[in-house]
Amino acid sequence: MKVAVCVKAVPDTVAGRRIDAATRRLDRRGELALSAFDLHAVEEALVLAEGHDEVEVVIVSLGPPAAADALRKTLAMGADRSVLVSDERFEGADLLVSAAALAGALRREQPDLVLFGQQSPDGEGACLWAAVAEALRLPLISQVAALVLEGPGVSGRRQTEFGYEQISAPLPAVVAVSDAINQPRYPSLKGIMGAKNKPQAVLSAADVGGAGTSRTTVLALAAPPARGERRIVRDDEGTAAAAIAAFLVERRLL
Amino acid sequence: MKTLVFLEHHGQAISKASLGVLSKAAGLGGETAAILAGADLAGLAAQAGSFGAGTVFLAEDPRLAAALPQPRVDVLAGLVAGEAFDTVLFAQSVLATDLAAALAVRLDAGLNWDLVDLELREGTLVGRRPALSDSVRIDVGWSSPVRLALFRAGAFDPVESDARAELRELHVELDERSLRAELREAAAEEPSGPSIEDADVIVAGGRGLGGPEGFALLEELAEALGGAVAATRAVVDAGWYPYPTQVGQTGKTVSPRLYLAVGISGAIQHKVGMQGSGVIVAINKDPNAPIFEYADLGVVGDLNEIVPRLAALVRDARA
Repeated sequence: MKVAVCVKAVPDTVAGRRIDAATRRLDRRGELALSAFDLHAVEEALVLAEGHDEVEVVIVSLGPPAAADALRKTLAMGADRSVLVSDERFEGADLLVSAAALAGALRREQPDLVLFGQQSPDGEGACLWAAVAEALRLPLISQVAALVLEGPGVSGRRQTEFGYEQISAPLPAVVAVSDAINQPRYPSLKGIMGAKNKPQAVLSAADVGGAGTSRTTVLALAAPPARGERRIVRDDEGTAAAAIAAFLVERRLL
Repeated sequence: MKTLVFLEHHGQAISKASLGVLSKAAGLGGETAAILAGADLAGLAAQAGSFGAGTVFLAEDPRLAAALPQPRVDVLAGLVAGEAFDTVLFAQSVLATDLAAALAVRLDAGLNWDLVDLELREGTLVGRRPALSDSVRIDVGWSSPVRLALFRAGAFDPVESDARAELRELHVELDERSLRAELREAAAEEPSGPSIEDADVIVAGGRGLGGPEGFALLEELAEALGGAVAATRAVVDAGWYPYPTQVGQTGKTVSPRLYLAVGISGAIQHKVGMQGSGVIVAINKDPNAPIFEYADLGVVGDLNEIVPRLAALVRDARA
């Protein structure tokens, strides 16, 4: 059985994210880190692999060449190999172009199960898994908080606006997991050393069926209505509680 | 402009957010229609007719009983092509998001999401979207013949009018491949217990609490502040705290004067339920947590030390 996990490397939030005024795109230079939400999908794949014989876990991603470093973390966690679709032609890709690129990479892999995390922290959209499922014409279960392999299929429990649902689907299927599903592991030292020898493939646009044209455009950027100053304090010397109390007094909340 | 609005329903009620999108669409002019898709629409059609739609299409089929996206893609794709709609609008939800994204691929139509407004500017459709945790506002457009958009829940209020829409029943044709995901069981959660929606102060806890026992700390702080305790989806799903206290997309939307987020990473699913709060204070040990991007005061540290200390300070201040 093969499980593919779709992940995204995104600009590190510590450095602060910005949109380039000239290209009107997210500035993706600098350090990239794996989306924390995607780690839950990676963890779930590893849990499935541990519970069943002969499960291969392949990480699939679309991003700049530097994303390969971020993908290595998933290999250190225990994934078997990674496939990065990376091509200048994907810069500024919208949902349709991104979904087609990932679907192209997944067609080459023919996985039994495709996992996604619950959102991407930069695009903030929770649209990609449904678009990929449609492109591959595979059944979809999203927002899954508990997942089991059941005979020839998969069954997921999820929460919607109206309560809980149990949804099943035959394999191959696409499943998007929520952050409630597990606690992602930290890579062990052995895992980190071992990751260096695991295969990391890079695919071009041509390898995944070409790069389409975005169907959405960014027309203009504007500053948002001010929310006021944001402050960050570190509780280095145990003074944070007092800092919060002072802040509440200042805002007349205490 | 010829616009179709997807009306989402649960039981015998149409979602207010989707009726709001319908009213907004009708206000933009052109032809506006709505679609209801489900197994039992008898009581819904009349509700749908008075929010600005000229026509309400009814796709009624037992195979549409579950609120799953893929069979609805078949219904909407057929209708958009058959009636030559150029714009399809949705109110964001678990169902509508999956449906819109899949429909975008099926129709090769651009999809803009998380929009808070939509306008016609000299004949061009322009959507407005806050981005990067609302730190920037973006005007977005479409370059495809068919344009799809998802709106934040509550972006528009429904406006009822005297006009009545024409009702048209659709012949439902579904692809076998769209029916492979099946609903096995659904358990409705009825809201009960103390309401967090009216609280002035909310102390909310997430996975960072480490376990259900962590909520005792929050209850102590909430009592000192005279507030209520809330929880994220992750900990409600894990059974640490009851569902009626859940804040977020699939829980309650709150806007207290003070929202204190403890051990909460700040996923979008959570953010949409509390971003209207007056002042947001976040305590988290992970400096990368997204919540810090929209907290007025962010504290990086150990909640087990900070929360009891803060509760004591608040009690002293109030004494």
